Amino acid sequence: MSQVRFAAVSKIFGGTPALTDLSLDVADGELLVLLGPSGCGKTTALRLLAGLEEVSSGAIYIDDVDVTALEPKDRDIAMVFQSYALYPHMTVRKNVEFPLKNAKLPAAELAARVNEALATVSLTELADRKPGQLSGGQRQRVALARAIVRRPRVFLMDEPLSNLDATLRQQTRADIVALQRRLGVTTVYVTHDQVEAMTMGHRIAVMKGGVLQQVGKPLDLYNEPANAFVAGFLGSPGMNLVAGELRQGQIFIGDDLVGTSSVSDTRDVTVGIRAESLEISPTGFAATVLVAEELGADVHVVCETATHERVVVRQPQHATVPQSGQSVTIAPTGKVYVFDRHSGERIS
Amino acid sequence: MSARASLVPGGSVFRRRRDGWLGLALVLPALIIFAGFTYYPFFKNFQMGLFKAAPFPNLPSHYVGTAQFTTMLGSADFLDSVKSTVIYALITVPLGVIGGLVMAVLAHQKLRGIRIFRTIFSSSVVSSAAVAAVVFQVILSPQTGYLQALGIHLPDITSSPTWGLPAMALVSAWQFVGLAFIILTAGLQSLPDEIMEASRVDGATAWTRLWRITFPLLSPTIFFCGVVGVIFSLQSFGQIDIMIGTSGATYTHTNVLIYAIYRLLHVSQNTGLAACYSIALFVITLLVTLIQFRLLERRVHYAH
Repeated sequence: MSQVRFAAVSKIFGGTPALTDLSLDVADGELLVLLGPSGCGKTTALRLLAGLEEVSSGAIYIDDVDVTALEPKDRDIAMVFQSYALYPHMTVRKNVEFPLKNAKLPAAELAARVNEALATVSLTELADRKPGQLSGGQRQRVALARAIVRRPRVFLMDEPLSNLDATLRQQTRADIVALQRRLGVTTVYVTHDQVEAMTMGHRIAVMKGGVLQQVGKPLDLYNEPANAFVAGFLGSPGMNLVAGELRQGQIFIGDDLVGTSSVSDTRDVTVGIRAESLEISPTGFAATVLVAEELGADVHVVCETATHERVVVRQPQHATVPQSGQSVTIAPTGKVYVFDRHSGERIS
Repeated sequence: MSARASLVPGGSVFRRRRDGWLGLALVLPALIIFAGFTYYPFFKNFQMGLFKAAPFPNLPSHYVGTAQFTTMLGSADFLDSVKSTVIYALITVPLGVIGGLVMAVLAHQKLRGIRIFRTIFSSSVVSSAAVAAVVFQVILSPQTGYLQALGIHLPDITSSPTWGLPAMALVSAWQFVGLAFIILTAGLQSLPDEIMEASRVDGATAWTRLWRITFPLLSPTIFFCGVVGVIFSLQSFGQIDIMIGTSGATYTHTNVLIYAIYRLLHVSQNTGLAACYSIALFVITLLVTLIQFRLLERRVHYAH
């Protein structure tokens, strides 16, 4: 299908940089997730790719063709908006056929493609309804049908699941992944939900403050985060980040040794440990239990360290659940990450 | 609230009664003003229509029942006046709405200095009928008008049976276009950005977007604008009075209902017939508005 390339793309809104020097390649047929909190520049990047905003500097390529100056309609893309952006005065069928009518497709082919798209998202029965008569999930599927009917080179999706309830979101997430894998269309998917990113993306590009932090496969990012931000953002809960010290290669939280580093340095650091790599044990650093969240399969024990930092320990369901206010000691059972205290960059 | 009411027997009744009095007290000031300046004149007008004014001032009028209504409906003057009113509205409303729509679409662009144009486009709404009349007198005057100066020779519109009514309607349309522009601009600005962006991504040209997305989504506002325009045009009086009435010219070709009412009342001092005319104007306004709602609303697309 198609490749997408951002080449040093920046966007400045009224003197405020929204996106800084983004260089990113999306491979043919790949689903790349742009992930980050509000204001991180992910939607700006998508809108620049769609042609809905003009880049301040840099260039965007689709299949090695510079599309930076092209109108949205000339980029051969389809977009699913957060609000679905359906045409409220048109029926479902009219909504779906709108892009094809604009492309002046012959009537027979148009009808065939619309029927196929409607069948793909199981909306054939509702073709004559208007968007106002549909549920949120059905509207979302109309938006998807309107995108796939064009057979575009690239799909752009801007938080398409954020208006759905939790159960429907999970189901639609799987549907979108299945559809994308089946159609094999290169897709750029924007979300702030790291669970969506982890479960849907071939690769994830994590962004913060308009700057790309790291890009890679979901598990690579989870296991080898480039900095404290990526470590803290990915995972549910995110990685525990606690002020610590590196003393000639030994990692300390307070005066408690929690691991060793490959870097034999001495300085203030941020120590990162995943919740599943911690346990409440007879030895380790001291903390007070704030609350134990029983989630069914496991328990998140939320604790506070002596320096008032939050640490979450993931325990299996059958383990003894400590009481709120109880003093405990916590020890790492797995990998301990070390980040620079100031830049947040990973040291080891 | 219902739980509390059930614990205190009779409490809810007391509360409802107290809320009722409070509600009445709150609407009373508005009610007094409406009663004095709207409801009383409205019903008094009906009563006046039943009495025929004496041929000379200071003589009592006498009861004639519905005779004046019957006379009015059969009179050529009245029918001419209705015809002029309809033609007047048929020129004013489409011109005003289409003009307002074109300007609203033009001004709905993200361009530097567009606010200046928005101010200019909406300025006619704050111009009084007197100002509008004078502006157009200056433009159209066959002796000293700007058009005359540009070499465009016009007949004297105030005495022209052909051009008098369209010229008056043009002045009304100019006045109404500012209001239409403001209403339609507000409508355009309330259209969701994402829908417009979706249509751009979906390959729609600017023209397609305008016809297939913008206008249908704006249709409730356009419809509202049309209703307001009809009511506005049926009540246009000042420009006719200033441009025609003060010129001493014949007024028969611009004798729209509202102006006919004025002449019957103040020139002929025929209060009874003037009241009948104003009831007719009320009925026409009501009917036209109802017809608009019945016919046009079917073509209006509401989002939900």
